[in-house]
Amino acid sequence: MMNALVWCAPYKVRVEKVPEPKILNRRDAIVRLTSTCICGSDLHLVDGFIPFMKPGDILGHEPMGIVEEVGPEVDTTKVDVGDRVIIPFALGCGKCFFCRRELWSCCDNTNPNASMAETLFGYPTSGMLGYSHLTGGYAGGQAEFLRVPIADVNCRVVPDDMHDHQLVFLSDIFPTGYMAAEQCNIQPDDTVAVWGCGPVGQFTIRSAMLLGAGRVIAIDDEKKVPERLKMAKDAGAIPVNMRDEDVYEKLLELTDGIGPDICIDAVGMEAHGTNIAETIYDKVKTNLFMETDRPAVVRQAIECCRKAGTVSIPGAYGGVADKIPLGALMNKGLTIKTGQTHVHRYVPKLLDYIKNGDIDPSFVVTHRVPLTQADQAYTTFREKQDGCIKVVLDPTQ
Amino acid sequence: MLQQLEHGSPRFNPSAGSLGIKTNVPVNGSGWSASLADTIRKPNVGDTERLTSLAAGSILAVLGLSRRSIPGLVVAATGTALAFRGATGHCGVYESLGVDTTQAAPRRQGQKSLRDQMIEVTQSVTINATPEQLYSFWRKLSQLPLVLTHIESIEELDSKRSHWVAKPAQSMDAKVEWDAEITRDEPNRLIEWRSLPSSMIETRGSIQFAKALGDRGTAVRVFIEYSPPGDRATHLFAKMLGKSPQTLIRDDLRNFRRFMEIGEIPTVSGQPRGTCAAKSTQQFKV
Repeated sequence: MMNALVWCAPYKVRVEKVPEPKILNRRDAIVRLTSTCICGSDLHLVDGFIPFMKPGDILGHEPMGIVEEVGPEVDTTKVDVGDRVIIPFALGCGKCFFCRRELWSCCDNTNPNASMAETLFGYPTSGMLGYSHLTGGYAGGQAEFLRVPIADVNCRVVPDDMHDHQLVFLSDIFPTGYMAAEQCNIQPDDTVAVWGCGPVGQFTIRSAMLLGAGRVIAIDDEKKVPERLKMAKDAGAIPVNMRDEDVYEKLLELTDGIGPDICIDAVGMEAHGTNIAETIYDKVKTNLFMETDRPAVVRQAIECCRKAGTVSIPGAYGGVADKIPLGALMNKGLTIKTGQTHVHRYVPKLLDYIKNGDIDPSFVVTHRVPLTQADQAYTTFREKQDGCIKVVLDPTQ
Repeated sequence: MLQQLEHGSPRFNPSAGSLGIKTNVPVNGSGWSASLADTIRKPNVGDTERLTSLAAGSILAVLGLSRRSIPGLVVAATGTALAFRGATGHCGVYESLGVDTTQAAPRRQGQKSLRDQMIEVTQSVTINATPEQLYSFWRKLSQLPLVLTHIESIEELDSKRSHWVAKPAQSMDAKVEWDAEITRDEPNRLIEWRSLPSSMIETRGSIQFAKALGDRGTAVRVFIEYSPPGDRATHLFAKMLGKSPQTLIRDDLRNFRRFMEIGEIPTVSGQPRGTCAAKSTQQFKV
């Protein structure tokens, strides 16, 4: 038996003893986890915004650890027992149309519930760890052990001489922030505006800098978590407190009347409105199931983006949303870039950044707590108590 | 190749008959018999109306019962009656009034045949493998149940003939079995088959392999036509609730792709999960 963080009902998670995972397919591996994180998108799942959770599901999709066991058909030249690995949250197969084009999160072969996702999205996404039954219902990584399918593709070996906190974010948020910036084709004279200074936002800001952006503006609510804007400022971004300032006017001023070239929504579906009326509107609509996502940040990003600019959406959405300003999108000639992260594509490059000392991802960690206290950690993270930005769970304690 | 296929298998005209739904007319020489309900009472409600009755009735029944009140019970009773009317195709009120809506669209009795109930499915999938690899997998019919989820087993009787056993659609259904023969076999391009005349169901189909554009591998196109074991109205209702034949075949082709591309079909059955049982009485399943 092992400890695992289990979803029981909206807003209700707890640590339970569950059976340890077994090899189910011949290319599976079992990984003994050493660090595993709570992600902002776990909150979307816990809160029921992605309504495809079943009581008993194990959450978690940002794990790393040591390979404990490999199935008989795992290519051991790629990964073997004893290797230290990170596991990309979006599982790839390496062989399908999409994986061969480095579009790993679109993998055609790893989602066991493909027909369910097909009904909702037209075509299914890849399988994802601990990310609802829409993405396959895989048991997640907030546990002591994790089964990884197609292990020679989905276990990425990392060096032994670095701290877990420097490496574990390669599983999701570092590549997610990086892809959000990288897909915008940033030029040296570009101003990049980032909504949301949570962990993904923090990595987006730093990635935009690594990619040579002229200027990065970070937008968040200072009253909720003052530490977030401070962290963004430490990275060299210009902080904008959306509580005190009119975001559109401020961005116009900061960009000398042109508007940001690139606007990035690192908030996602549980955004709070930019004014009371909008907040209430989306709250009512979602409560009546007339929309599932609250798109306040997408609306504002489309409005604020300069003409012919790019809006990038790493923030997670699951269903449908209302009052998206299509007129502004079309008439200003905006480009939209989005997607679940193609983690595999970015791991080697980002590992090089870390090795070269260009970035130390451990800056984002504010809390490390034992896995056995994961349920309280969710509360700390959701309520943004104690300056909480990123929680790493320790399954070894 | 598609033209060849269509030439070789003339399609029935779907416009014949209202929905092509089976009524109580027995089909000659095919081993079909009228269902129990049909022999007891002749259906007098049309196809679309039956489906509507069944769906609306079921919803009313559930809504009514959930009210837990006298008016709720009345609603539930009405709903149940409506659903029953839909399921059986027989309406007492229509009978006393002498109304029959089964023949809303005029049709000539003599023309009705098994073709009226045939379900046709065409689905395609692109697989990262050569036509040769895919053809040789498919030609070994006995290994097809690896990817065809609704087929329990296929026994190759000789180079042409095979015996197929389908998994029961529902737990209480009987197994459906039939013999099939390969009617056309063009290596690495096409396999065509059909059930033998004595079979429980009538079915035929084909699979074609053609090189896809660029480096995309092989385009696989499957065509299957079959007569469902059971009343077609029931079948359509099952489709509304569960998987349509299209989805079923698409899922199987997805399995085929997965098996050929990565050598396995992804699964989560057998993985650990929590119980969410109350803490005081927590029980762990192993």
